[in-house]
Amino acid sequence: MEGNIKLIRDDGLRLDGRANNEMRPIKIQTGVVDRADGSAFIEWGANKIIVAVYVREAYPKHAQNIDRAIVKARYNMSGYSVEERKRPGPDRRTMEISKVVSEALSSAIVLEKLPRAEVDVFIQVLEADAGTRIASLTASSVAVADAGVPMRDLVVGCTAGKADGKIVLDLSKDEDNFGQADIPMAILPRTGKVVLLQLDGDVTEEEFNQATSMMMEAMPRISEIQRNALMDKYSLEDGE
Amino acid sequence: MVNKMPMDASAVLSEIRKGFILESIKTGKRLDGRRLDDYREIKITENFVPKAAGSAMVEIGKTKVVAGIKVEEGDPFEDSPDSGVMALNIELLPMAFPTFESGPPSEQAIEYSRVVDRGIRESKMIDTSKLVIESGKRVWMIFVDIDVLNYDGNIIDAATLAAVTALKNTVVPASKIGQKDYALPVNATPVSVTMVKIGDELVCDPDLEEEQVSNGRITVTISEDHNIHAMQKGDIGEFSLDEIRKAIKTSSNIGNKLRETYLR
Repeated sequence: MEGNIKLIRDDGLRLDGRANNEMRPIKIQTGVVDRADGSAFIEWGANKIIVAVYVREAYPKHAQNIDRAIVKARYNMSGYSVEERKRPGPDRRTMEISKVVSEALSSAIVLEKLPRAEVDVFIQVLEADAGTRIASLTASSVAVADAGVPMRDLVVGCTAGKADGKIVLDLSKDEDNFGQADIPMAILPRTGKVVLLQLDGDVTEEEFNQATSMMMEAMPRISEIQRNALMDKYSLEDGE
Repeated sequence: MVNKMPMDASAVLSEIRKGFILESIKTGKRLDGRRLDDYREIKITENFVPKAAGSAMVEIGKTKVVAGIKVEEGDPFEDSPDSGVMALNIELLPMAFPTFESGPPSEQAIEYSRVVDRGIRESKMIDTSKLVIESGKRVWMIFVDIDVLNYDGNIIDAATLAAVTALKNTVVPASKIGQKDYALPVNATPVSVTMVKIGDELVCDPDLEEEQVSNGRITVTISEDHNIHAMQKGDIGEFSLDEIRKAIKTSSNIGNKLRETYLR
């Protein structure tokens, strides 16, 4: 499969016309699920993902932590979200994503402020077009903040990878399918600490460093979109 | 005292013992006398289960796993008519630890399986193009089943070692379809190195107690081409980019030594 498709055009740009270090457009909106304590909707390129957060007492009781909250993210894909219908319900891939997203959010939430609580983060991928785990996590931290959960920081993520032997930012679907590596990463922007990192493919140490610095450069821009989404909601409420 | 394993889920580490481990790690020493990047004693028994097409038992300290390979005829995936199939699964058997349960695999088992799978798959260890019986119709499917028999930390590295060793001694039973049996074509020898963060230190090959006091785990899988083929940050915890770079260097160094010593 690999190598059969040209991912970088002769003019040096990518198939969708982006430069190596160019992101797809991102839009985030909060307060999109009325019933939930907090929610967010993210459009990241062609990805469309909706997240709702509920905060409650953990149940059953033996699942509670007496001194801190537990975080349970559930990443779920709609049947129609991908080219070939996805059979509903969790599979091994979605369970792994749920785990790493839960762990990343746990580092941002001040867990000890919510003893015995459970923060449920329901992620529904309505349309998937590469980079859904990172888009989900980026939207989830906005939704958790929207729910009024005390947080140290807003987790922000992005991906980099290798296409036609070149390191590029924010992989497209084609680059994800036919490229040589995929590296999702998420950080707490205030400290720059990494809370999610995965890699699969084939990269040298040098290429890995190039990918991470490319991502680090992009993170502040995504953070700003997250913050603006929260501010927009509250400025609206003030005006009412 | 050091050798005693928790007997049930409630036997978590006492704060006193946690503090003891932390203080010791600060001085660069671990309770069992290892330095920060030392592995425990590793024992590999090849062809442990002769009924399997390939197998190995691997012990890292008290952690004990068995990998067994079965090779069966099957259909190729529609989008890759000219390549065989590999599937890998880790079972955290209930006998291995008091809180492991039978039934559908836990998140932990699934994460471990997928990390081990990625290292082997992405390093292109198995030459799947040589597993085609009839293009688009029949291929050999390689099933890698890994059972954890006793859990004392660092399942990912034990499972990778066991799977890689087992795959290297796997025979494709082509005589079943009137051809000659042949050794599974293998192109690379990936080695995973797992570290946890304890205090400000990265500690290789954590045992169970060290896993319990740690804040975050990181696995880096590198093959003899020196390239990185899989990485995974797991558990709740944070790493700086410097720490991640250090983890890559450590994996490269230690991985080379493990490959030289155990996977020749």
